[in-house]
Amino acid sequence: MNNDQITRRESLKRVIGLSIALSAAGMPAFANTPVRGIGTDPNLLKKEIPWPLVLTDAEMKTVKVLGDIMIPADENGPEASAVGVPDFINEWVSAPYEQQQGDLKVIRQGLAWLDTESQKRFSRKYADAAPEQQTAILDDIVKQGTDARKQAYTFFKLFRDRAAGGYYSTPAGWKAIGYVGNTPMAEFPGPPPEVLKHLGLA
Amino acid sequence: MPLITPRKSATNYDVIVVGSGAGGGMAAYVLTQQGLRVLMLEAGRNYEPPSETAMFQNNSDAPLRGTPTPDKPFGFFDATVNGGWKVPGEPYMIQRKGSQAWEEASDWEARKTNQSFMWWRPRMLGGRNNHWGRISLRMGPYDFKPKSRDGLGLDWPFEYKDMEPWYDKTEALVGVYGDNQGLENTPDSLNGTLQPPPKPRAHEMLIRRGAQRIGIPVIPSHMAILTKPINGRAACFYATPCGRGCAIGANFQSTTVLLPPAMATGKLDIMTDAMVREVTLGKDGKATGVLYIDKQTGKEERAVARVVVLAASGCESARILLNSKSNLFPNGLANGSGKVGRYLMDSVGSNLGGHIPALENCPPHNADGTSSMHVYTPWWLYQEQLAGKLGFARGYHIEIGGGRHMPEMGVSVKDGNIYGKKFKDEARRYYGSSVSFSGRGEMIPNDDCYCEIDPEKKDKWGIPVLRFHWKWSDHEKKQAVHMQQTFAAIIEAMGGKPGRPETDPEKAIMGGGTVIHEVGTTCMGENPMNSVLNQWAQAWEVPNVFVTDGGPFVSNADKNPTLSIMALCMRSCTYLAEEMRKGNIG
Repeated sequence: MNNDQITRRESLKRVIGLSIALSAAGMPAFANTPVRGIGTDPNLLKKEIPWPLVLTDAEMKTVKVLGDIMIPADENGPEASAVGVPDFINEWVSAPYEQQQGDLKVIRQGLAWLDTESQKRFSRKYADAAPEQQTAILDDIVKQGTDARKQAYTFFKLFRDRAAGGYYSTPAGWKAIGYVGNTPMAEFPGPPPEVLKHLGLA
Repeated sequence: MPLITPRKSATNYDVIVVGSGAGGGMAAYVLTQQGLRVLMLEAGRNYEPPSETAMFQNNSDAPLRGTPTPDKPFGFFDATVNGGWKVPGEPYMIQRKGSQAWEEASDWEARKTNQSFMWWRPRMLGGRNNHWGRISLRMGPYDFKPKSRDGLGLDWPFEYKDMEPWYDKTEALVGVYGDNQGLENTPDSLNGTLQPPPKPRAHEMLIRRGAQRIGIPVIPSHMAILTKPINGRAACFYATPCGRGCAIGANFQSTTVLLPPAMATGKLDIMTDAMVREVTLGKDGKATGVLYIDKQTGKEERAVARVVVLAASGCESARILLNSKSNLFPNGLANGSGKVGRYLMDSVGSNLGGHIPALENCPPHNADGTSSMHVYTPWWLYQEQLAGKLGFARGYHIEIGGGRHMPEMGVSVKDGNIYGKKFKDEARRYYGSSVSFSGRGEMIPNDDCYCEIDPEKKDKWGIPVLRFHWKWSDHEKKQAVHMQQTFAAIIEAMGGKPGRPETDPEKAIMGGGTVIHEVGTTCMGENPMNSVLNQWAQAWEVPNVFVTDGGPFVSNADKNPTLSIMALCMRSCTYLAEEMRKGNIG
């Protein structure tokens, strides 16, 4: 079989398939720039992000600051930006799928809200505010009954969970959460004695 | 897999096998071992597990951390090529909740579907057998004679004891771990055949303790995964998910276990990207071969053989028969009974999870294991059910989930109001403290569940497509509610907090097709008036046409169908080879 030929044919098919899918979902079909999704037959051994990244430098600055506040360095692992979470967030919200496009809307609006709120309170953008000012805004968002909560909680929760997904799915994140594995073993030993003791099964 | 070059079929095949998964792979294996010359036609592309499988890649090696997308609905690394709930350019027709109109299936998330039916198809050598769940449960004596036992559904044209030796042979070839417990309608395997089951994980031990407190058995699962090497295949190394496929052949896939020895006989030609449209018929009323579309050229081609074995999957084989119209068979080949497409069945599915405080803050340890469950619960209420105490007629088994998996996008904590160090501490505390239960139950065939050819719609190759009619009966819906109650009871017996068990039968049951156990549509039987195939999976009306996928099933026990598809195929193809040798077929 001529694999090169298949690849070209497949990729053309994917572009067509995608724009049809997007129009059907009421999404902009990216008429001028061809945007590809992952495709139905990607090379699984090679990570390729075929879509352009959409967040601006200013947005990315806020993403980095916010991500590191949400997931700071501690004794179990580094901060979010040390394992590429900001780039992952950009990769995620730029993807040409309905869920991710929905997240883009929430995250864009949320990032803009943070700047507006920070300007209003501290006369500077969120990323440039002092650490205690940055957390003051987040603390208002997580407090019941505040305007900040009304306006930005959806964003807060979404951003936190996407950042956590991006963080804990890296080897450094495994260590931080306590995942041990993905390594070949000759025998499966079952849970070790300290686990059995913890569970009252010893 | 090496393919025939040039892409041209020979003129002296004994058998054409359509499809390359559990049924097609096993057919090619058996027939070539018997010395027959076989052409295998696969609608998808060639696929090479040793070089294409992502084994140790972690989720950050994938776009979007491997998360499911409409392009790869079971996640980036899932061993499904060019397919899933939709296949590009190859639609099927469904009805949406609240509408009578027929439309193209478009949903890609089974849990959110409003479609009357979901149909999972890949387009690759080995088909769904590359990513399947590897759960390998034998059907038992009750399962072959359900109508005789409770008056519902249909009986198979043979008994468990007729199938037993074929299960023995299939398990020996496939390699299945598990053990023999002697439980009711949960057959033991031939002594010495099963591989040692792996030790249970921490959450599985807790589940076993909790379930046993309320009288529910939890025993080693039966999985098509090697724990000891056999036939030159390595044993599992207890890492990486089986759904990605297995580059070392430790779990069972047609592409790693059945096709290589079939190729080694020198009797097998494989052509991929060959989409069969119809079975061709001679003037004598016997099949002469097939018409297929060469997807690389878009041209219609013809292949000839003495016998045609359809193993394109339940529904897809029915589609081929229904599209094979002639003066002799105006309603589709071998469809004088009108039963082609009828008695479509899936498994009943219902899931519930819960939180187990005892699993919080568990010391980190490796719980990968074989990636699949190490223990499960077989149906345990046969007698209560027969006595009419349950309000539904058939049983289910319980598949167990949970544990300390490689983290995916779903990592989060319950408290939505925390961030920073506190969030990280909570994530660590709660990681691995959830368990989940999936019921997989028997559906009784009914007149409202079937597929037929859509009168208008064609796929991009010009082949008329299927449309699906679907309606669960009360037996299935009540069973799903029972599952919810049982799962909640087990979680509570573990000292945990279940999610809200669903009491509305319509919501408790997952949609038709979503468990991907669709069988039926070319049913076997004892009478040509009301069945398509005889007990050898041979078409009553066209003796040189066989069907060896899930199509011949006349009941769909709670035992996942793949093992039975293969055992049944082995039985049918051994018969076919003998009859050809005797000159009775072809």
